[in-house]
Amino acid sequence: MTDDVLLRARGLTKSFGDFTAVDGIDVQVLRGEAFGFLGPNGAGKSSTMKMVGCVSPVSGGELRILGMDPAADGAAIRARLGVCPQQDMLDEDLSVEENLWVYGRFFGLSRKEVRARTDELLDFAQLTERRHDRVEPLSGGMKRRLTIARALVNDPEVLLLDEPTTGLDPQARHVLWDRLYRLKREGVTLIITTHYMDEAEQLCDRLVVMDHGRIVAEGSPRELIDTYSTREVVELRFPVDEQERHVDAARAVAERVEELPDRLLAYTADGDETLARLHERGVRPLSSLVRRSTLEDVFLHLTGRSLVD
Amino acid sequence: MSAPTVPGPAVADAPSGRLGPGPRRPTSRGERLGAVMAHHLYVYRRTWKGSVIGRFVSPLFFLLSMGLGLGALVDARAGGVEGLPYLRYVVPGIVAMQAMMLAFGDSTYAVMGYIKWNRMYSAMLSTPLRVGEVLWGHLLVVALQLGVATAIFLLVAAPFGAFGSWWVLLAVPVAVLTGMAFSVPTFALAAWLENDNGFSILFRFVMTPLMLFSGTFFPVDQLPGWMQPLAWVTPLWHGVELSRDASEGVWPGWAGVGHLGVLVLYVGVGAVLAHRSFTRRLLS
Ligand SMILES: Nc1ncnc2c1ncn2[C@@H]1O[C@H](COP(=O)(O)OP(=O)(O)O)[C@@H](O)[C@H]1O
Ligand SMILES: [Mg+2]
Repeated sequence: MTDDVLLRARGLTKSFGDFTAVDGIDVQVLRGEAFGFLGPNGAGKSSTMKMVGCVSPVSGGELRILGMDPAADGAAIRARLGVCPQQDMLDEDLSVEENLWVYGRFFGLSRKEVRARTDELLDFAQLTERRHDRVEPLSGGMKRRLTIARALVNDPEVLLLDEPTTGLDPQARHVLWDRLYRLKREGVTLIITTHYMDEAEQLCDRLVVMDHGRIVAEGSPRELIDTYSTREVVELRFPVDEQERHVDAARAVAERVEELPDRLLAYTADGDETLARLHERGVRPLSSLVRRSTLEDVFLHLTGRSLVD
Repeated sequence: MSAPTVPGPAVADAPSGRLGPGPRRPTSRGERLGAVMAHHLYVYRRTWKGSVIGRFVSPLFFLLSMGLGLGALVDARAGGVEGLPYLRYVVPGIVAMQAMMLAFGDSTYAVMGYIKWNRMYSAMLSTPLRVGEVLWGHLLVVALQLGVATAIFLLVAAPFGAFGSWWVLLAVPVAVLTGMAFSVPTFALAAWLENDNGFSILFRFVMTPLMLFSGTFFPVDQLPGWMQPLAWVTPLWHGVELSRDASEGVWPGWAGVGHLGVLVLYVGVGAVLAHRSFTRRLLS
């Protein structure tokens, strides 16, 4: 049903002068999905999100959001979006609740509607106790939750989240993920960018892997791992200078081997067996670790680089 | 991979009260402008205590030192200026000058802050607001500020006998227009500058000379001949002249039309430039 395609991009391009930040991407997001853009810094994720958020004109290709064209119907589209930009963009001189009040008015909600919604949103963002406080001294995690609460003030059909947990400590990340699960359960369509593979695996039903403005792979986290990696990975650390000597041995017992500066990654269906066969060949790493493949491994395989540098 | 932490029992579910999918009620331009103004009024309400000195006390200092202190000397030695006691000459000029100073104060760091520090303008543009509404909603609040500050100053100065006529009430709209002739182009500048270094140049090399050489404290024809055209092409002198005419209840005739025309031109050209630099900076 075309009705349920909330976002459709074909050959979508963004250039800044001679530089192409987004290089002809094709994307389709369905209602109710949690869809992700996974890629390292500079991949073009924010540039894409700004075009989707109708605050950055499209340089080329086609973009339809909620069936509308951002160039013609930007305001009507924005009325139905929630945007949590990479930077919080709160008014730090105002109190927590004032930030919600003024924002609701931008969408044409009446004072009464906004105030009624504020209680709920503060509760959702776990900021009820801080509602009268100025925003400036709040922690990074609180500001992030307030930004998300503010993005929900107009009850959006689609919530755009640009790197929702970058810069947060692990506990604040988990609190935030939990909030996003709840939204997803409520049927809000989520479009998320991230350079954390664990975030993509946790939150996204489907995602595209982006690099240098292009999409290099697409699928569910499971599908991507099945297609581009093995079930398990053996991480092998050797004394400096010795790693080089063991590459061939690792290649002989694994499907594929990636060399990183500080370790070898041996891709295999059964990590313990691979490790045992390495031992038989007299290879004695300083340490070894068998783990399951992640999206990080997918990215490494597709681009030869790691996500976070 | 760790699962998300289990939330405590008091934690709310995702907000309900859904507006539901589908088109939203279209808003009118007036509604959207009002929403932007509401935001800025909340900010002023939070910060007015800090600015009360600038708005109220500093014009009072000018009034006491220039109007009364210097005035006594000028009146005794020269018998006033242009046939007026110095107090009545200088205070309407200070009214216009204060509007300029407030306009610069409200249109520099604040605008740059909304663009690149807290990025509130960008947050606004992620809603149905258009760039013109974000710009004019803020400008209208600056205008409102100018009106309120001028009215307060008139109330403070009137008991000293600083004004010759009830027509001085017209000095309020004159001061607002004078202030906006500075504010609107300064919005354009603030959106164009990459950093705030330019502002100290603006204050030192534009605002201060204009304060001194725009006929506020002494007539422009006392200046060297080559400086007089500078007064004519910058807004403050026109505002000072109109303000002084209003204060004395003098009908300025065609000269008044000229003064108004210059001020309106600054607002108009400034508005086009500000719209352009806002768009370039915020919607690239
Ligand atoms: N306004 C801009 N002008 C010029 N270059 C830009 C601009 N915005 C982004 N870029 C460039 O485009 C590339 C992609 O940036 P961005 O979309 O922010 O990537 P990501 O969000 O994936 O880190 C980067 O190389 C960045 O420097
Ligand atoms: Mg980014």
